[in-house]
Amino acid sequence: MKTLTFSQALNSGLRAAMEHDHKVVLMGEDIGKLGGVFRITDGLQKDFGAHRVIDTPLAESGIVGTAIGLAFRGYRPVVEIQFDGFVYPAFDQIVSQLAKMHFRSRGKVKLPVTIRIPFGGGIGSPEHHSESPEAYFAHTAGLRVVAPATPQDAYWMLQEAIEDDDPVIFLEPKRRYHQRGEVDTEVAPRTGSLFKANIARQGNDVTLIAYGPLVKTALDAATAAEDEGIDIEVIDLRSIEPVDFETLATSVRKTGRVVITHEASRFAGMGAELAASLTEKCFDHLDHAPVRVTGFDIPYPPSKLEMHHLPDLDRILDGVDQVMRRTRAQLGEEG
Amino acid sequence: MSNTFDVPAPAGTGEYLQIIGPDGARHPCEDLDVWVSDIDQRKLEDLYIDMACIRRLDHEGTALQRQGELGLWAPLLGQEAAQIGSGRALSDEDFIFPSYREHGVAYCRGVAPQDLLRMWRGAAPSGWDPYEVNMANQQIVIGAQTLHAAGYGMGLKLDGSDAAAITYFGDGATSQGDVSEAMVFAASYQAPVIFFCQNNHWAISEPVARQTAGYIADRAKGFGLATWRVDGNDVLAVMGATRAALEHVRSGNGPAFIEAVTYRMGAHTTADDPTRYRDALELEQWAAKDPLDRVAAHLDSLGADLEELKKRSTQAADELAAGLREAITTMPDPSVDDLFKNVYSHEHSWLDEQRDNYKLYLESFSQDAEVTR
Repeated sequence: MKTLTFSQALNSGLRAAMEHDHKVVLMGEDIGKLGGVFRITDGLQKDFGAHRVIDTPLAESGIVGTAIGLAFRGYRPVVEIQFDGFVYPAFDQIVSQLAKMHFRSRGKVKLPVTIRIPFGGGIGSPEHHSESPEAYFAHTAGLRVVAPATPQDAYWMLQEAIEDDDPVIFLEPKRRYHQRGEVDTEVAPRTGSLFKANIARQGNDVTLIAYGPLVKTALDAATAAEDEGIDIEVIDLRSIEPVDFETLATSVRKTGRVVITHEASRFAGMGAELAASLTEKCFDHLDHAPVRVTGFDIPYPPSKLEMHHLPDLDRILDGVDQVMRRTRAQLGEEG
Repeated sequence: MSNTFDVPAPAGTGEYLQIIGPDGARHPCEDLDVWVSDIDQRKLEDLYIDMACIRRLDHEGTALQRQGELGLWAPLLGQEAAQIGSGRALSDEDFIFPSYREHGVAYCRGVAPQDLLRMWRGAAPSGWDPYEVNMANQQIVIGAQTLHAAGYGMGLKLDGSDAAAITYFGDGATSQGDVSEAMVFAASYQAPVIFFCQNNHWAISEPVARQTAGYIADRAKGFGLATWRVDGNDVLAVMGATRAALEHVRSGNGPAFIEAVTYRMGAHTTADDPTRYRDALELEQWAAKDPLDRVAAHLDSLGADLEELKKRSTQAADELAAGLREAITTMPDPSVDDLFKNVYSHEHSWLDEQRDNYKLYLESFSQDAEVTR
């Protein structure tokens, strides 16, 4: 066991993947000598060489498109997109090429490309540095989309994403990069578990579903709710596509109440899909309609307003109150 | 200054390298002669037969679409020299990233007739196994494949391979950002990649002058690529330039660009009507530059037995056409299982559930289900 930051855990995961398979190459802007703007690739070019840690021209479509070509040739590229808002120039290469090549080639061409994207807000940055694009990719058949929430998960999930033969969008909660946690680097990639949700906290009253940066917020909310006698089960999705509905539905059938939270906008977002599918699967067990606590349907706001946009502990607890049918008035009476 | 957006006057056919002119006369070409010095009369006859075969293949494709056997076809008529000249210059190890019009290049790779037609019939998302013929499946998003070629070329370089990657695209594609990015990447990593542009003068209804005010080949020079601009209707010039470019990229000198100046004699696809936007006179002018006629005229001047050659080429084309028709009549329709197959390479809980549910739904219509109901 070591205590590592989220970013150090990712760095260790990349190092382990590169040592494990010499076909793993890293590509991205400023990932070489600089080690990436978040230092996730720190020291890797020095240790593995410029032929395996490849600084690219500043063209995201080009980065993903050439990663596809390298994968065609038998390589296992790991692409770093510098910020979430810069992934859109690569949208066609991801959605129409990377996602569909296995289907198009009738299974002959496998493209084991991992696209790492630092995502989400809360870091006080200008436009295009705080986006949550997961729904675009989750909507696209052929992609798998995952987001770790802890340094330990970051370490093994990244290795497993790289080992997967399908393209994986790997979303890194950038405001948690400095979060520290215990990491067991002896843990080998756990084949198959990448797409299983994690019950981060057991509870009986409400199922609270989160992923990426909001798992920590959700756990904090559950701790706070405990004082009010509400027993929340927090589920960390880990995998956004495919969603592990089995674990979710088992929990919702137990609690009868579900709150879903994400930073991304609400309309046609992951929360909508989760709410609809869980309603279909668990309708007879529900005490209340699923409630979503999400970012608003606005462009990501300037940083002095982002605290309103990002779901926080209080907004999540407000959602919990809704599914518990606790009105403000009642709460006042109780208080 | 005009305040409209009229298409600028075309830059004209311009200067290009040529070995056999439209009238069949052979001209000395300092840059290319050395690369085709081995092409004797017999080999030139073979190239003629190849071109006749893919012209027939193309004719059959259009006919099969008209008969309802194919959903769509993208004719290559007029581009036979560009495709055969380059396709026959490649070695088997070179990897091809085509667009959707390179039936002639696929023919050079020995792609089976069924595999040539499968996608156009709507029976599968693509035709052949890319690794069996070292040629990627058809790319329909304009220019997207050029980046795959650049990446593949980077891989070849990392592997220390002697092979090259070559990507085919049209004049319209040169306006796409991906094509520019592909040239940036290939040049930055000095990857063994050939960018082969068939400038066929039309991107559906838009003339090449809408894509560029100058010559396409000149743009490639700006990216630092070694560049050849050739008469794309001259099979020898195309072959010579492709061989020169292959030698250039194999020697580690970085990527190369070939602009083959040709003409799309047919429609963009069978769903297109070029009479709405194209002058019949222009078509006539290009018909006079036909890639097959000029080789026949040249062979005639060498004293070849043209009658015998045409007999041989017709026989080869007939066999190919019969193979295509046989392929269509024996091609099985896809099964419902194919809907869900190969979306992912392994288990996917959500999609697997959808597949199983749809299967149950379909089974509910079976006779047994009727009885039990």
